[in-house]
Amino acid sequence: MKPLMTAWLTACLLLLSQLAQAQANLTIEITRGNERATPIAVVPFAGGEDLPEDVAQVIHDDLERSGYFDPLPRRQMMDTPSEGDQVRYGDWRALDVRYLVVGTASRDGDGYRLRYELLDISGERRMLGEVVTASEGELRGAAHYASDQIFEAITGIRGAFSTRIAYVTSQGVGDDMQFALYVADADGRNSQQVLSSREPILSPAWSPDGGKLAYVSFETERPAIYIQDLASGQRVRASSFEGINGAPAWSPDGRRLAMSLSKDGQPEIYVMDVGSRDLQRITNDSAIDTEPSWSPDGGSLVFTSDRSGGPQLYRHDFASGEQERLTFTGNYNARGRFAPDGESLFLIHRSNNGYQVARQDLESGRLVTLSDSGSEESPSVAPNGTMVIFATQQGNSGVLGAVTADGRASFRLPSAQGDVREPAWSPFLN
Amino acid sequence: MQFKPYARTLAAALSLALVAGCSSTGGTQDGSMDGSRDGADGSGVSSGQVSGSGLGGTAGSDQQADGRIPQQRTIYFEFDSDRIRSEFEPVLAANARYLRDNGGARVVLQGHTDERGTREYNMALGERRAGAVEDFLSVQGVSPSQVEVVSYGEERPAARGQNEDAYAQNRRVVFAY
Repeated sequence: MKPLMTAWLTACLLLLSQLAQAQANLTIEITRGNERATPIAVVPFAGGEDLPEDVAQVIHDDLERSGYFDPLPRRQMMDTPSEGDQVRYGDWRALDVRYLVVGTASRDGDGYRLRYELLDISGERRMLGEVVTASEGELRGAAHYASDQIFEAITGIRGAFSTRIAYVTSQGVGDDMQFALYVADADGRNSQQVLSSREPILSPAWSPDGGKLAYVSFETERPAIYIQDLASGQRVRASSFEGINGAPAWSPDGRRLAMSLSKDGQPEIYVMDVGSRDLQRITNDSAIDTEPSWSPDGGSLVFTSDRSGGPQLYRHDFASGEQERLTFTGNYNARGRFAPDGESLFLIHRSNNGYQVARQDLESGRLVTLSDSGSEESPSVAPNGTMVIFATQQGNSGVLGAVTADGRASFRLPSAQGDVREPAWSPFLN
Repeated sequence: MQFKPYARTLAAALSLALVAGCSSTGGTQDGSMDGSRDGADGSGVSSGQVSGSGLGGTAGSDQQADGRIPQQRTIYFEFDSDRIRSEFEPVLAANARYLRDNGGARVVLQGHTDERGTREYNMALGERRAGAVEDFLSVQGVSPSQVEVVSYGEERPAARGQNEDAYAQNRRVVFAY
């Protein structure tokens, strides 16, 4: 073979391998900090400069992104202790820091050994101390794990930094488009492509065990619901009736899939038994019924219906068979998602300010808007209920945004390439 | 986005009027709609939406030769509406005639919405728009076996941008032969 030919082939193979590992990592931009966030400092880990990842920075970013914490910038640190015994509490009190994270990092065989401590500055006591070992590829995961422990020790709420998000990217317009489904860490890093297609992909939904995604793909030029196992990549087509096959939502026990099917003439809510594929029809009217979401106890479904003339949220109770309207504020409320405690709903609400993420308390019926750009869709709630991720616009690009459940802090996750939308926050994975 | 519940009935009534040879002045019932939006006059926009392009002749869309797929295969809708606008009735009539005259021809009516609102709800609204066109064709004597509806919701915008011009180009039904 001629050398030039060989070089050409090598280049092609290189390109192919890069395509196979296609990534769509997202970066984080904090757009609104929480004024009431708790001051904390995460000191760079001793020995951390030899690590391929700055684990203290990962923890810093996790805590900041949560909206619960306001981490001290490194340049304002007067001292860099790596163990609790070295900490001069008065110095940190003078900086108004209430909690301190210190640690060390060292090589351990083929991997790394991380030791971290969480200190309560006002109480001058150690709250946590732990050693974690990790391979190079697990270093960010180990940092997210430490963030989870720190977050829970201080707030009493289980951390959700070790979770993942699924999302859809698209490029192009009209008939010339490329779509892809990705899964990434909750901080937008470590993205992996699940599916790519020239036809639309939407509505990814995590199974409750975090092992599978259900989604809608138009790859046959008709919409169908697929279930894909993330570890093996194996998938099955679960629903491909005539018309819309959309909005899949797993029951909390993972055995059933609620969905919207228009095989009867207009979209109706159905519940499919995933094992037998048996269908149970939930709605029966001439209106649009779509976007089902299960209550955490599995006893009811919330869905969008325009049976009153415009889209509003309704609840179907499985025990009684009754359906009641839940939303009355404004003339557009859609795509409800339960908070993990089942006491409130996150939804898209239209007002004079456009389409915004809102939260409605189910007991009082009170609705508050959480986001502010006016072109939002697809809210998805973190498994600990502290944040909602959603799709929004930045310039002419679709980006992901997130806001705390109280609306106080928000951030965005822009992508280097194309539009990003349809975020789905995974359940707890550990 | 929401559609008026009577819109489909209205579409059927309008197409009946057309069959009867009337010059329809439909749409006056829908007082809330602004019928004069820019960029939605159906001329020249959204090319390349369908396969089979290049088959169209030079004749106007309402005067097609029998064997030719009509040139104009996209119609546009107003915000919150699945009402067939009167200026697009000739486009529908030409496509209906083609389908009637060519019993072996099949068409997929691709329903689209603009990007505002939630995706799955828009999927349903796109289906409703394509359904309004399907009803129109049916009333004009097109066999249901020739027509299939596929909604793309907001997934395949013809134009990008967050402005009324782009939105108007995206609220459409495409005849894909």
